[in-house]
Amino acid sequence: MNAGTLYLGAGFALVLTGLACALLRRNLLRMVLGFSIVDTGVHLIIASIGTLTGRTAPIIDDPALLSDATTLAVDATAVVDPIPQALVLTAIVIGVGVTALMLTYIVRLHDRAGTLDVRELRDLKW
Amino acid sequence: MTRKVVTLIALVAVAGLFLVLLRLGTPNELGTVSRHYVERGIAENRAANLVTSVVVNYRGLDTLGEVTVLFLSVTGAAFVLRRRERKPVDARASRASEIVQTGARLLVAPIMLFGVYIFVHGHLTPGGGFQGGAVVASGVLLLLLADRERELPHGLMAWLESLSGFAFIVAGLAGLWVAGSFLANRGVLPLGEWNRLLSAGIIPVIYTLIGLKVGSELAALLDVMMRGEAVAAGHGAARSGGGRRGGRTRGGKNRKKGGRR
Amino acid sequence: MIWLDALVCLLMIVVAVTATAVKNLVSAVIMVGVVSLLVSYLFLRMGAPDVAMTEAAIGAALTTVIFLIALRRTGEDR
Repeated sequence: MNAGTLYLGAGFALVLTGLACALLRRNLLRMVLGFSIVDTGVHLIIASIGTLTGRTAPIIDDPALLSDATTLAVDATAVVDPIPQALVLTAIVIGVGVTALMLTYIVRLHDRAGTLDVRELRDLKW
Repeated sequence: MTRKVVTLIALVAVAGLFLVLLRLGTPNELGTVSRHYVERGIAENRAANLVTSVVVNYRGLDTLGEVTVLFLSVTGAAFVLRRRERKPVDARASRASEIVQTGARLLVAPIMLFGVYIFVHGHLTPGGGFQGGAVVASGVLLLLLADRERELPHGLMAWLESLSGFAFIVAGLAGLWVAGSFLANRGVLPLGEWNRLLSAGIIPVIYTLIGLKVGSELAALLDVMMRGEAVAAGHGAARSGGGRRGGRTRGGKNRKKGGRR
Repeated sequence: MIWLDALVCLLMIVVAVTATAVKNLVSAVIMVGVVSLLVSYLFLRMGAPDVAMTEAAIGAALTTVIFLIALRRTGEDR
């Protein structure tokens, strides 16, 4: 088993755990907590796709990583894929924004309705 | 019952997705686009950190959108929890001890300096605008934790936030003007020498702007969420007559069902 | 070193499952923060120091703090 598969499996395990938590719990805060775990798992999955074992991080601070010092070309077999990393970077920051928005709505809902149990929030149900 | 069945179906679907991905296997070579970014990245941008090169330059438009999403979510949070008129809260309850306050004041400057260091060196070392912004915001959080009543310089934060967002777009338009594509790097500022602080053209400038913007946005978010707390605590008792429960009244656990609106 | 990664993965999944099951919400939030921290170690191991920093600063620290503030404001922290 290579390392990428291990990370992929761990990411999916996190997604499954968080999804079960978000779907089965009835406390809104626990649901958001589940979504937060799903978020972390998805980050792990995306990052694991760019993993290539035995390679270094895509930070070229060492002339040894250059394949040609005059044209500044980099040896493409020495570093891991930078694109999934950039995407995960974006996803983490958006994740915290979305979580904060969900939590503020929950706080507001609690101020109005006095409960966080989805079974008791029936304002839009009939 | 249906709830559990639906959950089971969803979980089985996700597990099936895992098996599909497992069958496809993880790649053991870079794709065409990544190969270009890696091989030509230094020559085109002179940024030692290729992730920064992708985030700020090649996929700079994505980052602009991301900053917008963060801005909108913070605005949404501030709108939902907008501040009502304030009541003076008991000063002793909202303030930490003298030692904690002095320690916090002492630590804030180094923490913020470290945040600035992270985002200024974003093109050389791991880190960048988002990480540095988060560190700056954690410095503000320390101040708020030591003294709940502390007023942050809201005017300065708002100016910093909007000015850095505006400058980000101006930098993008400069690329459009000079090199013919939005956020282009070549020709706007000299690229400089690889692995030096003043290199990589507009990349460090944009990452610094992102750092300031993210830092002030996250600090504003923390301020909004913590500030409302003091207000809610002050107003909880006054409001509970009208069917609205104060967030922090003691008997929260054994509320009657009829109490809701 | 892959056995250490496997151990961290296992620990992470155990903490995540415990977080969904534990009664006290504050403990659950802290556990989710721990999961983020362990994931940030995994990011470091897969050659992504940028992502590891972001996950540690934003995922582990800031998200946990925001959750704790929300817990306080809804009075679910006891």
